[in-house]
Amino acid sequence: MSYLPTLAPLDIQAHLADQDNKSILRFITCGSVDDGKSTLIGRLLFDAKLVYEDQLANLGRVGAQRSANGDDIDLALLLDGLEAEREQGITIDVAYRYFSTSKRKFIVADTPGHEEYTRNMVTGASTAALAVLLIDSRQGVLSQTRRHSYIASLLGIRHVVLAVNKIDLVGYSQTVFEGIAEDYLHFARELGFQSIKPIPISARYGDNVIANSEKTPWYQGAALLEYLETIDFDRQEAQKPFRFPVQLVMRPDANFRGYAGQIASGKISVGDQVIVAKSGQRTSIRSIVTYDGEVEKAVEGEAVTLVLSDDVEVSRGNMLAAPGARPFVADQFQAHMIWFDPSPMIPGRSYILRTETDSVNATVTALKHQVNINSFVREAAKSLQMNEIGVCNISTQAPIVFDAYKDDRTTGNFIIVDRISNATVGAGMIDFPLRRADNVHWQATDVNKGARSAMKNQRPAVLWFTGLSGSGKSTIANALDKVLHARGKHTYLLDGDNVRHGLNRDLGFTDEDRVENIRRVAEVAKLMADAGLIVLVSFISPFRDERRMARELMEKGEFIEIFVDTPLEECARRDPKGLYEKALAGKITNFTGISSPYEAPENPELHLHTVGHEPISLALKIEEYLDQMTEEK
Amino acid sequence: MSLSHLRRLEAEAIHAIREVVATFSNPVVLYSIGKDSSVLLHLAMKAFFPSKPPFPFLHVDTTWKFREMIEFRDRMAKERGFDLLVHTNQDGLDQGIGPFSHGSNIHTHIMKTVALRQALDKYGFDAALAGARRDEEKSRAKERIFSIRNGQHGWDPKHQRPELWKTYNTRIRPGETMRVFPLSNWTEFDIWQYIMTEDIPIVPLYFAARRPVVERDGMLIMVDDDRMPLQPEESVTERLVRFRTLGCYPLTGAIESEAATVADILREMLTVRTSERQSRLIDRDEAGAMEKKKREGYF
Repeated sequence: MSYLPTLAPLDIQAHLADQDNKSILRFITCGSVDDGKSTLIGRLLFDAKLVYEDQLANLGRVGAQRSANGDDIDLALLLDGLEAEREQGITIDVAYRYFSTSKRKFIVADTPGHEEYTRNMVTGASTAALAVLLIDSRQGVLSQTRRHSYIASLLGIRHVVLAVNKIDLVGYSQTVFEGIAEDYLHFARELGFQSIKPIPISARYGDNVIANSEKTPWYQGAALLEYLETIDFDRQEAQKPFRFPVQLVMRPDANFRGYAGQIASGKISVGDQVIVAKSGQRTSIRSIVTYDGEVEKAVEGEAVTLVLSDDVEVSRGNMLAAPGARPFVADQFQAHMIWFDPSPMIPGRSYILRTETDSVNATVTALKHQVNINSFVREAAKSLQMNEIGVCNISTQAPIVFDAYKDDRTTGNFIIVDRISNATVGAGMIDFPLRRADNVHWQATDVNKGARSAMKNQRPAVLWFTGLSGSGKSTIANALDKVLHARGKHTYLLDGDNVRHGLNRDLGFTDEDRVENIRRVAEVAKLMADAGLIVLVSFISPFRDERRMARELMEKGEFIEIFVDTPLEECARRDPKGLYEKALAGKITNFTGISSPYEAPENPELHLHTVGHEPISLALKIEEYLDQMTEEK
Repeated sequence: MSLSHLRRLEAEAIHAIREVVATFSNPVVLYSIGKDSSVLLHLAMKAFFPSKPPFPFLHVDTTWKFREMIEFRDRMAKERGFDLLVHTNQDGLDQGIGPFSHGSNIHTHIMKTVALRQALDKYGFDAALAGARRDEEKSRAKERIFSIRNGQHGWDPKHQRPELWKTYNTRIRPGETMRVFPLSNWTEFDIWQYIMTEDIPIVPLYFAARRPVVERDGMLIMVDDDRMPLQPEESVTERLVRFRTLGCYPLTGAIESEAATVADILREMLTVRTSERQSRLIDRDEAGAMEKKKREGYF
């Protein structure tokens, strides 16, 4: 049985038109390690005669180096294209494969089973309509089966084929097959799939892969390929409203201004009314421009250039939308998030949030809960570790345009990017905007910072002292405070230990609590600077990310980072509070410099070495710096 | 109404090309003159209409390309009015590096990979668009559409960024560069079908003609100039051949074929039993050859 015609059609044009109109099914294979995902796809392509001869020959050559199946051709090697994959016999990254049969075209993403590479499974799932989930007949439903099912459901996959593989190894047992199918159907009930189709399979021997197997006479359903060819996955949904995320403003000359982008949903015709989402301005479509000439209308998926009737303000990151069904515009929302990075997601930390065309600074204001992927139970959590999934409230620095992910996969998604490494550390699916974003407005006051600081005859500043415990931060800050006070300056000193007695009494010393500790103090410092004060903040503040967050809260030039640099040995020798002794004895956990890291500033405004210098002389150095700054202004 | 398969691929590619222009300051297209490059050029013309593509096209010339390719390149630059940059590794040229004298491996490394790195550094390009497709080769099947390269242009397959939906992470640090493959999801067949539908000009070497060839290592190597040394037992014969893929002429095998039009080629493809990369010598010099080259900066 071959899926390729052996004789070329005479009328190639007609054949091509036919080809082009076939529906295309994007699916993934997923499941635990060694369930045979790569082998299954290899088998599918091989049996359907979709593998080229030189690729097969080459397989023999490579396969000889790792003859896992004795004399058999190892079909997994058709997919596992990386050296590390061949060495370890596992799939690390997604492989995309393309094939077509007489009925349909397919793009399959063969995704990794290993938990460590969950991010790559998510990558494949984000664009798929169906998941072929493999289960080893001998193992049944495993935690990785649950994880992948949950992720598939979360990412909007609505159809599942449960490939109960290695059925040959359990004697083609109907009982085993039905037991696993029942287990799965039971557990997947709450995941909201539209269809779940269990098929008994042996990828190794090809049973029920492209044709029904004689060894499973008790199975009456379709073989895998037949099922994939015929499933109605593209259920005609109600027409979605028009969404056009603006990618690029085209201005070849003064007479032309067009907006380029890809229609995320719905359709548009010349003359249709649209609104500019962020401003709410209304206009209409004057023309739809393409290289092949102007067109009257365009539909979901097309990359076009729209010219508007009015001169409205639109730039990249904004969206054109149907006036009758507008997207949300908000700077606070709830989302499901999957975390990819070895360093955990910590609420309060600042990240870059990227939608299809927009990019803003964002913080997670609350991690409401994480989802236990075995029980789907919501569990309290303070941070999200790698591969964990949680529900978060997110706050962005500027409003973004979005829909709920369940309504629109394109306009409801975002990724999270680390500001230092630029790695994609998380991905999210937006649930809904938070109403408080609409109702809490900044209260404009008449007496402002300028007026308050002018009355005090000083320039507000936040002097941020950072350094190890015992480095001398508070001593120097205290000395400086006295000097400034003597000169009639209005100051206030926020000391780490003191604030922890009150405002931050509820916080401990875990990474999460340290982030929150700094966030609160930075906000207080900001209010004090707004009151016109010179604020001295003496906090260990061990993480660069949070010091940068504090810096960004303040006005430009207002934040002065002072690195009180004292070697750890010297701090431990001074040990003014006896903390090092306790920490070294293991009596204090999470002690900076001993059992918790200190990230030294890279470009502080002032870098003070304390060894061999009196605190007062260092304080005077800071005073000098302040004076210089005031003069420059 | 939903889009046909080719229109979907076209829109996806245009979106990726525009994304590069929206987020990078100095992008370039790696123009290798082959069929994929021709499609990429065509898509770039579409993406920015009524403007011209706002980036130059860079050809890394090993000096061993088919003569017809070079003629075609210069004609296209003139007709389409794009900014063509040509770079050759002068050090390699001075050392006389060539496929016959040094073998395919060294030649490809010095004259293609190193040359490409030189050119990217010389012009300070931060993003390079190229026509690579995932269906070409197993390690390419694993590559992202936006694929980050470190300061040495190296690729680390184990640390690719997850790439979800079409929300691309385009951020890079100084020194890093991005390779972008808008045709990732196209197959060889899609390329030909699109060339036919859109009537895209391609190098005539893709069409069957009588050409002088030598049979060597099971491949038909075309004698494109007098730099090709013949072994005593070899002889040049004229055969009706064409090319499925184009590279350096000594490293690219011809296939016997009568396909003289794009429609013929498509008809032939429906019955062909070997992959296009079969005629590329450089993929075969060792297991994992392509991956290794890509790690070093080849694309």
